[in-house]
Amino acid sequence: MLDGRSAIKRRAGLRLWLSGGWLLLIVLAAILAPWISPQDPLAQDLFAARTPPFWEAGSEPGFWLGADSLGRDVLTRILYGARIALIVAFVAGTLTCAVGAALGLIAGYFRGWADRIVSRLVDIWMAFPPVLFAILLIAVLGTGLTSIIIAIVVIDWTRFCRVVRAEAMNQGQMDYVASAQVAGMSRLRTMWAEILPNVLPTIVALLSLEMGIAVIVEAILSFVNLSISTDSPTWGGMIAEGRTSIHQAWWVLVFPLLTLFLTVLSFSQFGEGLKDRFDPVLR
Amino acid sequence: MSADAPLYQVRDLRLSLPDMTSKPLFGPRPRIEILKGLSFDIPKGEVVGIVGGSGSGKSTLGRTLIRLLDPSGGQVIFDGTDISHLHEDALRPMRRRFQMIFQDPMSSLNPRRTVSAIIAAPLKLQGFDRVRERAAEALDHVGLSRSFATRYPHELSGGQRQRVGIARAIATRPDFILADEIVSGLDVSSQAQVLNLLEQLVADLNLTLAFISHDLSVIRRLCTRIIVLRHGEIVENALTPELFGAPQADYTRELLDAIPLPDPDQVWI
Ligand SMILES: Nc1ncnc2c1ncn2[C@@H]1O[C@H](COP(=O)(O)OP(=O)(O)O)[C@@H](O)[C@H]1O
Ligand SMILES: [Mg+2]
Repeated sequence: MLDGRSAIKRRAGLRLWLSGGWLLLIVLAAILAPWISPQDPLAQDLFAARTPPFWEAGSEPGFWLGADSLGRDVLTRILYGARIALIVAFVAGTLTCAVGAALGLIAGYFRGWADRIVSRLVDIWMAFPPVLFAILLIAVLGTGLTSIIIAIVVIDWTRFCRVVRAEAMNQGQMDYVASAQVAGMSRLRTMWAEILPNVLPTIVALLSLEMGIAVIVEAILSFVNLSISTDSPTWGGMIAEGRTSIHQAWWVLVFPLLTLFLTVLSFSQFGEGLKDRFDPVLR
Repeated sequence: MSADAPLYQVRDLRLSLPDMTSKPLFGPRPRIEILKGLSFDIPKGEVVGIVGGSGSGKSTLGRTLIRLLDPSGGQVIFDGTDISHLHEDALRPMRRRFQMIFQDPMSSLNPRRTVSAIIAAPLKLQGFDRVRERAAEALDHVGLSRSFATRYPHELSGGQRQRVGIARAIATRPDFILADEIVSGLDVSSQAQVLNLLEQLVADLNLTLAFISHDLSVIRRLCTRIIVLRHGEIVENALTPELFGAPQADYTRELLDAIPLPDPDQVWI
């Protein structure tokens, strides 16, 4: 049969493979960083300061993507930086998703007073400017991995909540929900077994997007020096340092920035690709 | 209950909902009356047609009969039990006995479940044994090959989907089925097939059926009794030959005049 499905499938497939491939690379880099890194991420080598990347004149073997102004290897620090980025992405993304999606699902499906409470809470939450909120939270909680994760969850659960609520409300109108009641299914089980599977593609896409957002938030907080202690390399910290020497050593800024950009893009594209793949009509 | 007591006894059935279009500054929203005190019986084995214009309350009435909606007044007595205010927990074991076929099978079949899972759901929930076997028998009954069991709704044609909806409704061997505009989304030839199937099932399975439609020609062919609704009130309730022979209410006459009625034997092939 000739229809649009095959074209959509191919495009979704390519997107899924490219973004998935990059994310796999980053995951491997994070796991294998101690074994595959050419240098020690914290070792300063003032003789190697501002060594350019390998294809430029004056490069040194072992400093593939150059070195920063303290002589630390950029590639090594990007590999180690992937660890923090991914921990924040997975932990903060998953927790944000769990909190927001659960509240959204309950509000959207049960409506009534449950919906009124959740919606009011979301409205109040949305009144705070998110970045200010984050900085305030970190100021209260102190810097560190846990505070960053808590800050992201506290700020971003509303994104899941709003979208999942609207989607659950849509699905709740469908007759398959009424037919579950006719069959004698309880409300709770209907939410779990009928609504949730139909909202799951949306949740997965959002979760992937949220992981990308968590990576950005972590980078921003590192950039303003509110993140992890300065010892462990983070992409945001590298970008902040690279900015000061952009004219003498562009590679210190550009490579972590590029990695950050590709990772965030991949997370969002991966989510969209998965959503298409999950669609029963396109399957 | 004696054998010839009606399956349904509906007395002064009322249903009102808050009017979402008005938002008063103080106090609760005014309520709009959708069902305004309906009384009628559905005898066992009868096929009752419910007709009326769009918005006349047909679906609301139907869904109240099987307690998808809660009446705000009056009584719905099903086989001697007043179900009008039964709690869902008490209602659940009774749900085996009244089932529903929906208008839009695309919306009423969960897109993520296979045909066999869809038909098996009420059987499992109502605690039947031999679930797989019964689901397969239901497929046989509606004339779908058992190979459909592993398919998903989007892989079926409109007529096939509606057959799956029918299979689900008859799987628990109910006493009563509500069919709400079940052919209005289908092309003419599938319509005829689905209606023929329904007619046969009513006879074979000893069903009592409420058939909602705005198409009087379909109603005339299928139903033994017709209830005409208008603005949430019954304007006429009569046996089919009487209603077509000598309509009592003006509104019924208007309906009959408005709809071109071909020879009833040729309504469908
Ligand atoms: N959830 C609801 N809230 C408010 N009004 C409703 C709701 N559902 C139905 N109605 C109104 O009730 C009337 C009857 O609706 P319905 O039973 O669906 O009519 P029919 O099936 O005969 O077309 C309509 O006027 C409709 O606008
Ligand atoms: Mg209707």
